[in-house]
Amino acid sequence: MNKMLKRDMFVLGICAVLFALFQLGFTFKIIGSFWQLNIILVCINIILAVSLNLINGYTGQFSLGHAGFMAIGAYVGAICTVKLALPLVVALIAGALFAGFVGLLIGLPTLRLKGDYLAIATLGFGEIIRLTVLNIPYIGGASGLTGIPRLTTFAWVFWLMILTVFIIKNLINSSAGRACIAVRENEIAAEAMGVNTTKYKVMAFTVGAVFAGIAGVLFAHYFYLVHPSSFTFMKSIDILTIVVLGGLGSMAGSIIGAIVLTFVSAVLASYAEWRMIIYAVLLIVVMIFRPQGLLGDKDLTERILNRLKGGKR
Amino acid sequence: MESNSIVMQIVQQCVNGIMLGSIYALLALGYTMVYGIIRLINFAHGDIFMVGAYVCFFAITTFHLPFFAALIVAMILSAALGVLIEKIAYKPLRNAPRIAVLISAIGVSLLLEYGGVALLTAQPRFFPPALGEVIFDIGGIIINGPQIIILAVSVVLMIALTYVIKFTTVGKAMRAVSFDAEAASLMGINPNRIISATFAIGSALAAAAGGLIGAYYNSIDPLMGVMPGIKAFVAAVLGGIGIMPGAMLGGVILGVVESFVSGFWSSTYRDVVAFAILIIILIVKPAGLLGKYRGEKV
Repeated sequence: MNKMLKRDMFVLGICAVLFALFQLGFTFKIIGSFWQLNIILVCINIILAVSLNLINGYTGQFSLGHAGFMAIGAYVGAICTVKLALPLVVALIAGALFAGFVGLLIGLPTLRLKGDYLAIATLGFGEIIRLTVLNIPYIGGASGLTGIPRLTTFAWVFWLMILTVFIIKNLINSSAGRACIAVRENEIAAEAMGVNTTKYKVMAFTVGAVFAGIAGVLFAHYFYLVHPSSFTFMKSIDILTIVVLGGLGSMAGSIIGAIVLTFVSAVLASYAEWRMIIYAVLLIVVMIFRPQGLLGDKDLTERILNRLKGGKR
Repeated sequence: MESNSIVMQIVQQCVNGIMLGSIYALLALGYTMVYGIIRLINFAHGDIFMVGAYVCFFAITTFHLPFFAALIVAMILSAALGVLIEKIAYKPLRNAPRIAVLISAIGVSLLLEYGGVALLTAQPRFFPPALGEVIFDIGGIIINGPQIIILAVSVVLMIALTYVIKFTTVGKAMRAVSFDAEAASLMGINPNRIISATFAIGSALAAAAGGLIGAYYNSIDPLMGVMPGIKAFVAAVLGGIGIMPGAMLGGVILGVVESFVSGFWSSTYRDVVAFAILIIILIVKPAGLLGKYRGEKV
């Protein structure tokens, strides 16, 4: 117990140092606004990728509707701050809870479906969410909701990202997480061993939706506006590419994938079609030559930490 | 008089819906055949529809072929493309988890869409109205020539397909492979060749649908296949995936429902309704209208 606490403190220390370095870079303009934007995007993408990995990678439930939950978070958060003039904290909590609630509602019936059927059903729900938003004039309809205050700061995204990774990592290492992995490995066998598969599938789905909602709130309050076209099926594919590239079921993979792909798309920003072509080729090539993703289901952090301390596993 | 005009409107929307539905049916057949044989949702199917429309477009505008010749060229080239896609992106994953193939299929779909954008620009192109512009007014119900041609071509293709599946050697082999691939290969059927044939036929049907839709709406663009692709999948699921008559039935039902929604309610809710149908059918009767549920074996 004590050992674990010590290790957590160590990691937290590293994070604090990283945070201080970036923050100093921003305040003294060493890091330009272009890179600042992308670093914030990296953090948001990490939250999205890690939460999708919980559903797709660890629990093995193939969801294609993550952008839908992000959209819910973004819109609920924006309503809180723009229409009701509430602070960002309330927006974050409301966005997260609402996205989680919708995740629960969607998850309960659809998680009875398996594999590709589930993929299509979640795709359908993601699109229904987007098309519904498109038809509500109160939140701007097709022209989007504008005039959102820029309340997202680097501190908010960075620490919320750390919190997301921390919570999901601990969840996976708990008995609930092991149940999720058992569901992924073989649902029928897991059920035979007494794992309540529906419960854990819905749990993973809801938790994933909560964090996607948080990412949505942060996204909306950084870019001044939310627009239905930001949350299309393509956005879900973006997140999926990060998770697949890093490795389904690898926390470190999702983080590295988010960093790499965010910068790749930043570099290719003015060639949007080439970005998508590269993503497409990546998906096919990774699946053919390394279906487990670049890092497989290995967890780098454990190894690096152990090596740093010179200890054995 | 009032009730009379409502009846007229209902008939009118049925006419429009059956035309749209026959296109969905052509696409849904491709999904259903591929799913029946390798249990894969071929995400790239809608994009082959787009490729078919473009081949047809270039055959007409650049090579000045008549419409039906262009349609046949499009069907042949798209069939080859379908076979090629299967060989490159799906065949190496024959024994991989199904999710891996699905991700690969999503990749192929993106590649065709954005490859199209890179090569041909995202700008929509004007497709010449090759189906003529005759309009029939039958007691107030408007049926135009193109609609009749689309319906006729679809019906001919579906009859041809049914004949191929029911009475030819390839068709019998297809049914055998989709029933039990291992047993079929023990009987001397080469599953890889049958899978190629399935992709070829499915892609040719998608290309025909693409050419017809291009000539009907007179506008094509590289992302035109996304929505019809997903809708046709909805149609396939609605009728019962893996079942041929189911795909035709599902396509027509979906087309009529969509026409009614856009005719009597609002066209912005058309897609919502299509997805809602998908989810309801998946939850209530996942095997589809004509399907029988078979429990999963350990």
